[in-house]
Amino acid sequence: MSMNTQGRPTRIEHDIDPGGYETLSGSRGLDQAEPLLFERGSLEVTGVDLPTPKGGPNRLGSMKREGVIGLPGLAEPETMRHYVRLSRKNYAIDLGLYPLGSCTMKHNPRLNEKIARLPGFADIHPLQPERTVQGAYKLIEELARWLMVLTNTPAVAMSPKAGAHGELCGMMAIRAALDARGESGRRRVLVPESAHGTNPATAVQCGFFTDEIPADKTGRVDMEAFKAKLGDDVAGIMLTNPNTCGLFERDIKEIADLIHEAGGYFYCDGANFNAIVGRVRPGDLGIDAMHINLHKTFSTPHGGGGPGSGPTVFSEALAPFAPLPFIVKTADGAQLKMAENDGDADGEARPFGRLTAFHGQMGMFTRALTYMMSHGADGLKQASEDAVLNANYILARLKDVMTPAFDGTCMHEALFDDRFLKDTGVTTLDFAKAMIDEGYHPMTMYFPLVVHGAMLIEPTETESKSGLDRFCDVLLGLAAAAAAGDADRFRAAPVHAPMRRLDETRAARQPVLRWTPPVAEAAE
Amino acid sequence: MRYLPLTPADRQDMLKRIGAASIDALFTDVPEAARLDGPVDLPMHQTELQVERALSKLAGENTPASSVPFFVGAGAYKHHVPATVDHLIQRSEFLTAYTPYQPEISQGTLQTLFEFQTQVALMTGMDVANASMYDGSTACGEAVLMAARVTKRKKAVLAGSLHPHYAATTKTLAKYMDIAVASTAPDLDGLTGIAETIDDETACVVIQTPDVFGRLHDLTEISEKAHKHGALVIAVFTEPVSLGLVKSPGEMGADIAVGEGQGIGVGLNFGGPYVGLFACKNDRNFIRNLPGRLAGETVDADGRRGYVLTLSTREQHIRRDKATSNICTNSGLCALAFTIHMTLLGEKGLTTLAQLNHETACDLADRLSAVAGVELLTGTFFNEFALRLTKPAADVVDALVDRGVLGGVPASRLYPGEGLEDVLIVAATETNTPEDLAAFETALREVLA
Amino acid sequence: MSVKYTKDHEWVKVDGDTATVGITAYAAEQLGDVVFVELPEVGKSFDQGDEMAVVESVKAASEVYAPVSGEVVAVNDGLEGEPQKVNESPDADGWFVKLKLSDTSQLDGLMDETAYQAHIS
Repeated sequence: MSMNTQGRPTRIEHDIDPGGYETLSGSRGLDQAEPLLFERGSLEVTGVDLPTPKGGPNRLGSMKREGVIGLPGLAEPETMRHYVRLSRKNYAIDLGLYPLGSCTMKHNPRLNEKIARLPGFADIHPLQPERTVQGAYKLIEELARWLMVLTNTPAVAMSPKAGAHGELCGMMAIRAALDARGESGRRRVLVPESAHGTNPATAVQCGFFTDEIPADKTGRVDMEAFKAKLGDDVAGIMLTNPNTCGLFERDIKEIADLIHEAGGYFYCDGANFNAIVGRVRPGDLGIDAMHINLHKTFSTPHGGGGPGSGPTVFSEALAPFAPLPFIVKTADGAQLKMAENDGDADGEARPFGRLTAFHGQMGMFTRALTYMMSHGADGLKQASEDAVLNANYILARLKDVMTPAFDGTCMHEALFDDRFLKDTGVTTLDFAKAMIDEGYHPMTMYFPLVVHGAMLIEPTETESKSGLDRFCDVLLGLAAAAAAGDADRFRAAPVHAPMRRLDETRAARQPVLRWTPPVAEAAE
Repeated sequence: MRYLPLTPADRQDMLKRIGAASIDALFTDVPEAARLDGPVDLPMHQTELQVERALSKLAGENTPASSVPFFVGAGAYKHHVPATVDHLIQRSEFLTAYTPYQPEISQGTLQTLFEFQTQVALMTGMDVANASMYDGSTACGEAVLMAARVTKRKKAVLAGSLHPHYAATTKTLAKYMDIAVASTAPDLDGLTGIAETIDDETACVVIQTPDVFGRLHDLTEISEKAHKHGALVIAVFTEPVSLGLVKSPGEMGADIAVGEGQGIGVGLNFGGPYVGLFACKNDRNFIRNLPGRLAGETVDADGRRGYVLTLSTREQHIRRDKATSNICTNSGLCALAFTIHMTLLGEKGLTTLAQLNHETACDLADRLSAVAGVELLTGTFFNEFALRLTKPAADVVDALVDRGVLGGVPASRLYPGEGLEDVLIVAATETNTPEDLAAFETALREVLA
Repeated sequence: MSVKYTKDHEWVKVDGDTATVGITAYAAEQLGDVVFVELPEVGKSFDQGDEMAVVESVKAASEVYAPVSGEVVAVNDGLEGEPQKVNESPDADGWFVKLKLSDTSQLDGLMDETAYQAHIS
């Protein structure tokens, strides 16, 4: 034989215990350690090629900066690696189920991104001559039409830039309407205990104060308590429907009628609209205003914290108070134009003001309309049904082991409390962190506040049945591990994520909110 | 229905497991009168190709900035964004992540926010910055509310040369908070009369530099006066590239600096999404009154450095009706775009970019002010200036469109009925070629002839 | 020197006409790690039950109510840099404010140690 012994060894050594060891680089294989930009870059480096300035004219007067700013740069390959490495430390909907309740983390179609980047939408200026942007105005009008049809409302303000901004839009319209009626004394806003924090925060920014309505034992507005709170100082109610317990407010029409009889308005928080699109039109329920989170219900990406978009629909009663700017027809009806200033609006309009510099989140409008047209009336309805079906499937699979907060079926999200963890030494937080080790993003936890140790699971229509089954198997397995007394595993979790649990107390007690240069060694 | 993985068979199996006879059984809490029988009156689903065709047609009815000599500014600026920026923000892990509520699996977002905060603080000459606001205008409004909380005073004064949309946004945000917000007259010098308004009840004065007419203002003196009266100075900018060349707000004594970050990393997008920058001095009372999210440094259980959202007791999800702001979702992905572009530029690139902008604007100002019927109104400027024309500026802009030039913003569009009909606001950036400048000059000469 | 308690978990130590106020060990434990305490200005007066201070953990902010009416004569500045004192020594170094009592009879309405222990058990 030739006995060729060159080449790499291929036998795997099975009997070696590597132990735990720290790598020299701090990286862990594909999870690469990455310092701050400020520790990598230098003031001398730039990753762009620009022409050399002539250095001639200067009309800065005495305003020219003399000192150094301190901004490091990186060459293009380094920039790419820095941010790609960092990106890999994030969970994402493209990686797996993202069951954050009330956040509606659904698939973000890439056709949306493509359309939003067409130069005719992405590369136009909000103040360029109006006849050069008629297509953009038409797109905004078309999206507005879809939103009004889906909600059965006669008006929509397009400029709010996120859900909370939409809430502000709705509540300011209510304030303006009350002022116009000469009833500025109405300052009390009823808000269920289970409301998002943005609701009370928004009410206060409109000069209102809030009065909490308790939940009944089914997780919905306690009608007796609600009725007892009505009076001539009530400005309105802010109600999320389906609510943050994942339940449809059965008495919603009665709530609407009663608040109207009492002289108040009905603000509906539309964060959970995904449960009912195409099946229920909020206008039919008696609402006066509702924001729509395009970044939840209509699939525009959440981007790690925005941008969002929160168009706000209005009833006839509030429509005249919608803020500037909004699109109107030119006098001859041939073109569209933006009403930007008080004088631009017709006789009916009494805009309460302006919420932002320009016309709203055009980049989100293009994405949302792309999504809506793709789904169509039939697909949007099917999507909502699938979202509700998926949540109920999770509820059905988990309800005998984990503890549902309320009886019966749910809408698009399933709410559990921590009774099933009683006496295990495992908290809701520990349970959530253990999910991270299993490759899942945790559900919304400790919200809504009306439930102890809340776990709110919203799968959305994006998940397949097999994906839901795998998810449920993992949760059932974790619940069994907790019940079996394996508390340390939970308390240590996560151990397989890019980071272990972070010390939030330290971050808050001694805030370090920016990088600062290391203090130079004193000169000898 | 390409976005829906469930098959009809899956749906049947799942209903059976749930114990529901049909999907309708899951909607029985809906009042009967509000249940829809069939689909709403909108078009049915369409293929990718159909949607793309329909929307491309609408896009085709607009004139993109890159397709013509383009000089429109007044709060949003046409700059070149490197291809790397758009690629990186489309990484799934950035694009399709939620707010970083679980720091162990969100370090990518959190570390980039920490970098963003640091870059914004450095550029503005301030000590700290938050993780972004919706845009410059809402940042401006929130800054006034913050100044009122910090000083416990209820009076704010806005310079008349603050972008009128910023002024309107600020007044709207403050109108139900019992804060009296007044503007000085819109004068082309920018700061006439504002120092005289400051007294011991003033929470803040708000001054934009470069202002809406492009003029640069030194805030040093007014800061001294404001501080003597216990008032704060809020510096506003709408063009972040200017900070590469001009004195920073911090250098001039501003207490809070807010502005629009769109010019770095973010396209025009017809007005949004943009990214609001918000920075302030390192004063504990200031930091505890900041609106919006903050990323902060800490360590994990193994002692490794990492980042978390911090000081959240200021925010709505914890403080509810006592929160410093109702803001929740901000402008995360645009902040990321800003940070990546800023990283590519670095100090060297930013300074060069700013210099190119300034030189292009100086060239354009020279060319246009040589045209008969044009008077340059702005002495010191960065990349934007105002012209007085012998004809109404709105008509001139319209006539320029016919000649294939998008030639600025008529001041009357921003200040209707204020006697500024003959004023045109013109911006130039590094994207304008010498041919663009010549085309504008020629067209303007024709229009004014 | 007697110690009294409120149902909202404040304690009051009375020395002459001055009352030192803090939050109980039970409350400090329930709040978790205290990261910030917002204290009133010296010279400010409160009626019994008014919101007087705010104590914050990472997860929540809680109001501290004036257990009795009075004027603030001193505040614990040490909590500014070391809020952890509230956890480490809630009934001594972690005190919040000293009030000059305006109505000593209000003390009679507060709980004693035994009653408070019963209240939280």
